[in-house]
This record gives sequence, C-alpha cells and structure tokens, in this order.
Amino acid sequence: MTTAPSFPRPAVSGAGAATDPAAGTPETLGPPPPARPAPSARGPGRRWLRAVVLAALVLATVAFVYPLLWLLSASFKPRAEVFDNRLVPRTFTLDNYVTVWQEAPLALWLGNTVVVTVLAAGLVTVSSALVAWGFAFFRFRGRGPLFGLVLATMMLPGAVTMIPTFLIWNQLGLVGTNVPLWAGNLFASAFYVFLLRQFFLGLPREPFEAARLDGANNWQMFWRIAVPLCRPALVLTFLFEAQASWTDLMRPLIYLQDSSTFTIPRGLKALIDQFGPGGESQWEVVVTASVITTLPMILLFFLGQRHFVEGVATTGSKG
Amino acid sequence: MTTPVAPALPTPATGGSREAPVRRRRARPSPSERRERNAALRFISPWIVGFVVFTAWPILYSAYLSLTDYDVINDPTFVGLDNYREMAQDPKVALSLWNTLVYTVVQVPLYTVVALALALLLNQAARSAGFFRTAFFIPKMTPPVAVGVLLLLLFNGQYGIVNEVLSWVGIQGPSWTTDQDWIKPGLVLISLWTVGSAVIILLAALRNVPNDLYDAARVDGAGFWRRTRAVTVPMISGALFFVVVINTIAGFQMFTEAYSAYFGAGNSTYRNDTALFYVIYLFQEGFQELHMGYASALAWLLFVVIMLVTVVQLVVSRRLVYYEGEQR
Repeated sequence: MTTAPSFPRPAVSGAGAATDPAAGTPETLGPPPPARPAPSARGPGRRWLRAVVLAALVLATVAFVYPLLWLLSASFKPRAEVFDNRLVPRTFTLDNYVTVWQEAPLALWLGNTVVVTVLAAGLVTVSSALVAWGFAFFRFRGRGPLFGLVLATMMLPGAVTMIPTFLIWNQLGLVGTNVPLWAGNLFASAFYVFLLRQFFLGLPREPFEAARLDGANNWQMFWRIAVPLCRPALVLTFLFEAQASWTDLMRPLIYLQDSSTFTIPRGLKALIDQFGPGGESQWEVVVTASVITTLPMILLFFLGQRHFVEGVATTGSKG
Repeated sequence: MTTPVAPALPTPATGGSREAPVRRRRARPSPSERRERNAALRFISPWIVGFVVFTAWPILYSAYLSLTDYDVINDPTFVGLDNYREMAQDPKVALSLWNTLVYTVVQVPLYTVVALALALLLNQAARSAGFFRTAFFIPKMTPPVAVGVLLLLLFNGQYGIVNEVLSWVGIQGPSWTTDQDWIKPGLVLISLWTVGSAVIILLAALRNVPNDLYDAARVDGAGFWRRTRAVTVPMISGALFFVVVINTIAGFQMFTEAYSAYFGAGNSTYRNDTALFYVIYLFQEGFQELHMGYASALAWLLFVVIMLVTVVQLVVSRRLVYYEGEQR
C-alpha cells in the first residue's frame, strides 16, 4: 500500500462502525473489532437495571427533543400564549407566519441562504476531494511535511485570520455581497481534506493499476474510479459543510450590510434585535423566524441521517 | 504557525540520511518521479493557493496590523507595541478574558462528563441505541443563533419552562437571562443541549473496548463503577481527550449563542457585561468600531492563549491518554 505519513489520528478509531472505509489503512492497525459489548448485568438485577437505563434514556431524549417541539408549538400560538409551556397550542393560529412573512423579506433570505449553502458545500466538496486525492494517491518527496501543514492549519483559530481576510474581500470590492461566504471554499478545507484522504487511502490499488494499463490518465482515474467509490464520504463532506454554512452567523454579520442580502440566520438576528428582548418584545415573531431558520436543517438531518451519525462517529465533528 | 510555504516544493538532493545507503543514486528526482510529483501538485494546488492567500498572508499581515492603527479608510499608521500596551490597561480585555476563561473551565468538564454519562447509558441499551443516538444528535442541527433564542425563552426567569420544572421539585429558579450572576451558568447549560456529537464520538470509542477486559474485571469482582474507572475510561481516553481539546478551542472562541442572545446592533437595552466573551469583544472592536489594528492585537493574544492551552493539554495527555498498541 502507501507509505502514508503517520500522524496522530484523533483516536476516534472507527472500527466499530460497520461502514468505515478507512479500516485496513495503516492508521487503523490494531486488534480486530470486537463484537457488541455483552449486556452488562447478568442475573436477577438485569431486568431492573435495564428498566432504569431505559427510563434515563427516555428522560434524556425528552430533554433533547422537547425544546424544538416547544419552539414549533409556540410558533402556532398567539402572543399571549407563547409562554404558556403547553405542547399543544390552546389557540391554533398561522398569524405569526403571516406576520413574519410581511415584516421580513423571508423569501429573499431563504433564497440567499440556499445559494450560499449550495455553493459553499459544493465547492468545498470538489476542491477538498481533489486535494485529498493528491495526498492519497501520489508519492512524492515532501508529502509528509506538506500534509502536516494541512493539519496544522486546522488548529489555527479563525479569529486570527478574520481581519486580514475581511480586508482582502474589501480590497476586491466584494464586501456587501455573498461572495466572501462561499468563495474561500474553492480552496479546500483542511478538515475535509483530512477526512477524504482517509477514505481514499482505504481504496484498493488494483482498479487504478488496471486503468493505468488501459491508458487512463490521472484525471480519469480520479473522476471515474475514485470519486464513485467514495460517494458516501463526499456526501458526508457536502452535508457537514451545508450545515456549517447554513447556520453560520459570524461571517454574515461581518460581510453583509443590506437587509436584502442577508442569509436566514443573519435575518433572524435582525429580527431578534427588532422584536426580542432589546426591542419590542414580540416573541411570537422571533419564535416563528427561529422555526423557519431551523426547519431546513432538521430536514437535511433526516435526509442524510445515516451519514451524519456515522460520520461523526468515525471522524469526529468540526466542533 | 508562521511556517513558510517552502515545503510545497520538495528540495532534491537532501534525501534524509536514513535512506542514503539504499537510494544513493537519487541525487535528483527521476523523470517519472518528477511527473508523479507534478501530477500530485496539480491536484493539491487549490489548497496551496488557499493556504498562501487565506492563511499564510493573513497571519503575517495580522501580525503587522497589530502594530498599527488602522480604520480601513485611512492607511495604517505604525504605532509599535502601543496596541499591546493598551490591551494591558483595557478593563474590557481583562473582563472578556475572564468571562471566556470561566466559561471554558466550567463548560468543558461538565460537557465531557455529561457526554460520557450519556454514552455509557447508550452503550447499555444495545438494541435501541440507534434511535436514542439519533434523538440526541438532533439539537446539534439547530443554528446557534436559534439556540440563543431558545436560551432566552426556555430560561426566562418568570415564564421559562426550566424554572417551571424546577418549581415542581420546590426550587425557585433564578432570572437566568437578566441576573448577571446567572447569565454564564445559563449559557453553560444550554451548551449541554448540543452534547450529541460528543456522545456519538464517545459511544463509538466505547464499542471498541474489548469485552474480555470487562470479563476479566468481573472475574476479579469489580463492580460497575470500578469497571468504569479502571477499564472504560482508560480505554477511551483518546476519544475523551479529543472531545476535551476540541471543546476547549471552541470554548475560547465562544461567540454566536451569546451574541445572539445578549448583543445587538445599536441596542443599549442589553445588560451583558458577564456575557462579553473575548471573540465578541474582538468582533466589536474590529467590525463595529473599525479598530482593525487593535483587534488584530487582540486576535494574536487569543492565538497565543489557545496555543498555550492546547500544548499544555497535549503534554498532560502524554501521561494520561492510552492509545491501543502503545508500549509503556
């Protein structure tokens, strides 16, 4: 196989996840994955223990899911009842959605966010795949140190480069547009390069040798063989970045000034300022806008559920 | 971090002494080696460009800016170390640094312990773990700006559901969102709501712990706590360490949830001294006051602090973290 430079993989060895394509790469050496842990308690206490565990898990689930249900339910309540903490609204109304729709250019904000999210996620997936392939497939002197540099940039706090990066986009006259929110993704991202390289290293070498004998060039081997084989990893990259991009508040705060260019989280922040604690205290508006901001992410999660959960289990999350 | 871009071009003829006896003839790369290297660099080139433009140059430029006064409109004027001297006297630097430190020191251990507890629970529920794992992860999908909204609503001192639940057990909850002493605890608690990804990471690690270790411990008469302390925690210490490091770095850069709930454009009605985290202050100085030079100096201090903390954690982890297959 390859003489991959070894580096400390963050110890989240994924041998337990059935779909880990990195298994068998030099990084995942170790004893074979064990079977599922045996049920912990044997004997008379077992059933009782199980009930306790289950009850605790159900309680935790309520704590995790309830706030979102609360939010959804509150968005259908009139102002006076927003805080009544009932799960089913006493008075069911769609007025809040009408109000938000009238108060804010919601369609515009949603449209902006979709454009930014799709561009950001699409570009980072393609560029990171190219770079990861460059590190995974080829051997050249200096590869180890160069990849070390890629990993080092992951540790760099974003705050350090925030101001000069702003000045670059300012110099280019692009502050106020959504370009700075996605164009940086043309140049790959260290986290995804790391992730995709792991997947590429797990591919067998044979199809590529065969393709080379058939006269395929590097590009064809990447595009026709490696990319189709690594689709799950590419989907994962797209999903992770789509989430990061959709939910980002800081960069829209820095780069967007005109309300018509806002992404939906930036718009929600504007509505919090206007209707929230510092403003008119019309909580039903803030609640409803929050639902509209959150719902697409919940949808995304259910569309790519397996990818998200398995992805976090095998690679960690961006934090 | 100011490593120059040099490694991009492998220097020939310096093939380390280790290889020398075998590959002496390779004074310079052969044509096929050079072809392979060039092909690789073509694939890697997007990252190289991005590194130079969006990492290396910004680092150098921000170091320079930190020595200037710069308001974006007029050219930067060189002021030497004045910005750093000013920082030493700025009460808001001390305040925001203190807030950030307190938050991180409380949040990271609590978050890790809760994640571990939930992962241990999930690990007991073999059959239904998948369902619960999914349920735990959903909050992580909520945009942080909406998490800020939820904080204000659920932790509302008068009407919030948190205080209502507390009242069931006879506790009168505080004014989480307005009482300055309770703002940070509120932020810590709401951060636990998004613990799901850490739970998933730890659960994956738990499932890799070999069963025979537990069997051996059981034969030796170790109870649940003893097994957890002596077997589980050491065996997953790598994953625990990962969670701690990632969350420490994130904690130092806390921004969105606090900003969403307690800061706003031109709102003077917010009372938020105890929610002024370091990156929020940096953001205000840089992008609201346009003190770009001062903000760059602030960024450098943050960078140094995070690096120091991470290095300390790495050194400590050498003694505490066990990686499989390691000789001790």
